Amino acid sequence: MTGFVAGPAVIELSGIAKTWPNGTRALAGIDLAVRRGEFLTLVGPSGCGKSTLLKLIAGLTHATAGRIATSEGRPRIGFVFQSPTLMPWARVDTNVRLPLDLARMPRARADARVADALALVNLAASAGSLPRELSGGMQMRASIARALAAEPDLLLMDEPFGALDEFARERLDGELLALWSAQRFTVVFVTHSIQEAVFLSTRVVAMAARPGRIVDTWEIDEPWPRSAAFRLSPAFAAHAQRLSLRVAEAGGGEPGGAVAQ
Amino acid sequence: MTAQGGRRGQWLRIVAPAAVGVVVLAAWQALVVVYRVPAYLVPSPLLVLRTLVSDRVLLFHALASTLGVALAALVIAVVAGVAAALVFAQSRWIETSFFPYAILLQVTPIVSIAPLIIIWVHDLWAALVLCAVVVAIFPVISNTTLGLRSADPGLVDLFRLAGASRWQTLWRLRVPGALPYFFGGLRIASGLALIGAVVAEFVAGTGGASAGLAYQILLAGMQLNIPRMFAALVLIAAAGVALFAASGALAHAALARWHESELPRDS
Ligand SMILES: Nc1ncnc2c1ncn2[C@@H]1O[C@H](COP(=O)(O)OP(=O)(O)OP(=O)(O)O)[C@@H](O)[C@H]1O
Ligand SMILES: [Mg+2]
Repeated sequence: MTGFVAGPAVIELSGIAKTWPNGTRALAGIDLAVRRGEFLTLVGPSGCGKSTLLKLIAGLTHATAGRIATSEGRPRIGFVFQSPTLMPWARVDTNVRLPLDLARMPRARADARVADALALVNLAASAGSLPRELSGGMQMRASIARALAAEPDLLLMDEPFGALDEFARERLDGELLALWSAQRFTVVFVTHSIQEAVFLSTRVVAMAARPGRIVDTWEIDEPWPRSAAFRLSPAFAAHAQRLSLRVAEAGGGEPGGAVAQ
Repeated sequence: MTAQGGRRGQWLRIVAPAAVGVVVLAAWQALVVVYRVPAYLVPSPLLVLRTLVSDRVLLFHALASTLGVALAALVIAVVAGVAAALVFAQSRWIETSFFPYAILLQVTPIVSIAPLIIIWVHDLWAALVLCAVVVAIFPVISNTTLGLRSADPGLVDLFRLAGASRWQTLWRLRVPGALPYFFGGLRIASGLALIGAVVAEFVAGTGGASAGLAYQILLAGMQLNIPRMFAALVLIAAAGVALFAASGALAHAALARWHESELPRDS
C-alpha cells in the first residue's frame, strides 16, 4: 500500500476531562476519534496525561466529564503498559498465554499462538524462563507478545520501547509496522521519541500539560511501506520539526532539541 | 561467587552459631563446676543432658503431647486464617466490620482468656488447641489479607481487560501473589502456636494423658527438680526451632524459584 485511508471511528472521545481523586487535573477538554486501522501516536511532556488517556480508552478508569462512544461494540483491547507487568511466578510463555487462558481458549491453539507471538518479538528461546531471568528490554518484549497473542482489534501501547536501546527500538518499530500493515488492527501509541512518532504513525497528536490537552493533530501523510530511507527524507525532518515545536511550546523542552539533525 | 563459595557460606551459617553455643555451654559448665553452684539453683549443661537421657520417657512423652497441640493449632490457624483472609479480601465492608475483632483476639493476653476457654470446652485437649489457635491465627489472617490485596495494579487491570472473572483473578493472580506474605505469617504463627500451647498447659495445670512440657516444668518446679525443669525448657526451645525451620523450609520450597526473599544472594 502507498497511501493510507482510515476507517470510521472505533472509539470517540468528546469533551473528556479527568480529575484524579487527589485533585490532579490530568486531562481537560479532550476531543479525539480513534479511527479503524490507523496508527495514532500521542506525544507530549511527562505528566501531560498520555497514560491516563490510554486508560480512559481502555475503560480502566472513568472520565470525570465527557462521553466515550464505541461504534461497533467494544473492541478487543490489547494493552502494553509502561512497565512489563509480568507475573513473577509464571514462566514467560505462561505470561504470554494469560489473556488466552482467561478467555478459556483450548490449550493447543493457545500454545500455537503463544509460540508465534514469542517468535515475533524474538523471545522464542526464553519461553521457559522466569521474568526475573530476563533483561528489562526482554521483559518488555514479553509483555508486547502477550498483547499480540490475544489478536486485539485495538492495541494500546504506552511507551513500549522506552526501555530499549536505539537499535532494538528501530528493529521492533519495523516489526510492529510490518505486523500492523499485515493485520490492520488499530494502534494508539505513546512515545517520548519524536523520530519514533513520525516514523510509525498515520496521525500524531501533540499534547500539553496542566491540564493535559491536545494542542495539535495532523496526518503523517507519507507513503507506505516506510523504510530506513524515510528517516532521512526532508518530509520526515519537516514533520519532526513541527512535532518538536508543538511539544516544546507545550512545555516539553527546547524546540528542536529532540530532533536528530 | 562460585558454587563452592555458596556452600562455604552455608557451612558458615551452621558452624558459626554452633561454635558460639559450644563456647557458652563450656563456660557455663566451667563456672558451675568451679564455683560449686548447687544443682537446685543452676544445673550444669552435662547434668541437664544426663537428665534428658534418664527422664527421656517422661520428657519425650510430654514433648509429643505439647508438639501435638501446637501442630494441631497451627494447622487449624492456617486453614481458618486463610479462609478468613479470603473472605476479607472479597470486600472492604466485610474486612472493616470483622477485622477489629481479629485485632481484639490478638491483643487480649491468652493467659486471661485461657481459664474461660478451659471451663467452656470440656475436652481438655480441644481447649488447649483452641487457646493455641487464638494466639497463632492473627499473623496468618493479617498477612494473607495484606497479600491478597497487594496484587500488582497493572496486572489487575490486565485481568479486567481480558474479561477475567472474580474467581480467575483470585486464583491466578491474588493467591500466588499472596504466598510470600502468607509464608511470612506462617513463620510467626509457628512460634506463636507453641507459645500458645505452653501457656494454655500452664493455665490448665493438669496432668493425665495430655501432660505436656509445661506441666512437667510446673511439677519439677514444685519438687525443686531444677535439672528436669531445664531439660524440659531445652525441649521446648528445640521444638520452637524445629517448627520455625519447618515453616522456613516450606516457604523455600514454594517460593525459591521466583520470590526475592528466597533467591540465592549471589545470583
Ligand atoms: N492514579 C493516579 N492518582 C492520582 N494522580 C494520578 C494518577 N495517575 C496519574 N496521575 C497524575 O495525572 C497526571 C497525568 O499522569 P499520566 O501518567 O497520565 O502522565 P503521562 O503523560 O503518561 O506521563 P509520562 O510521560 O511521565 O508517563 C500526572 O500529574 C500524574 O501525577
Ligand atoms: Mg505515562
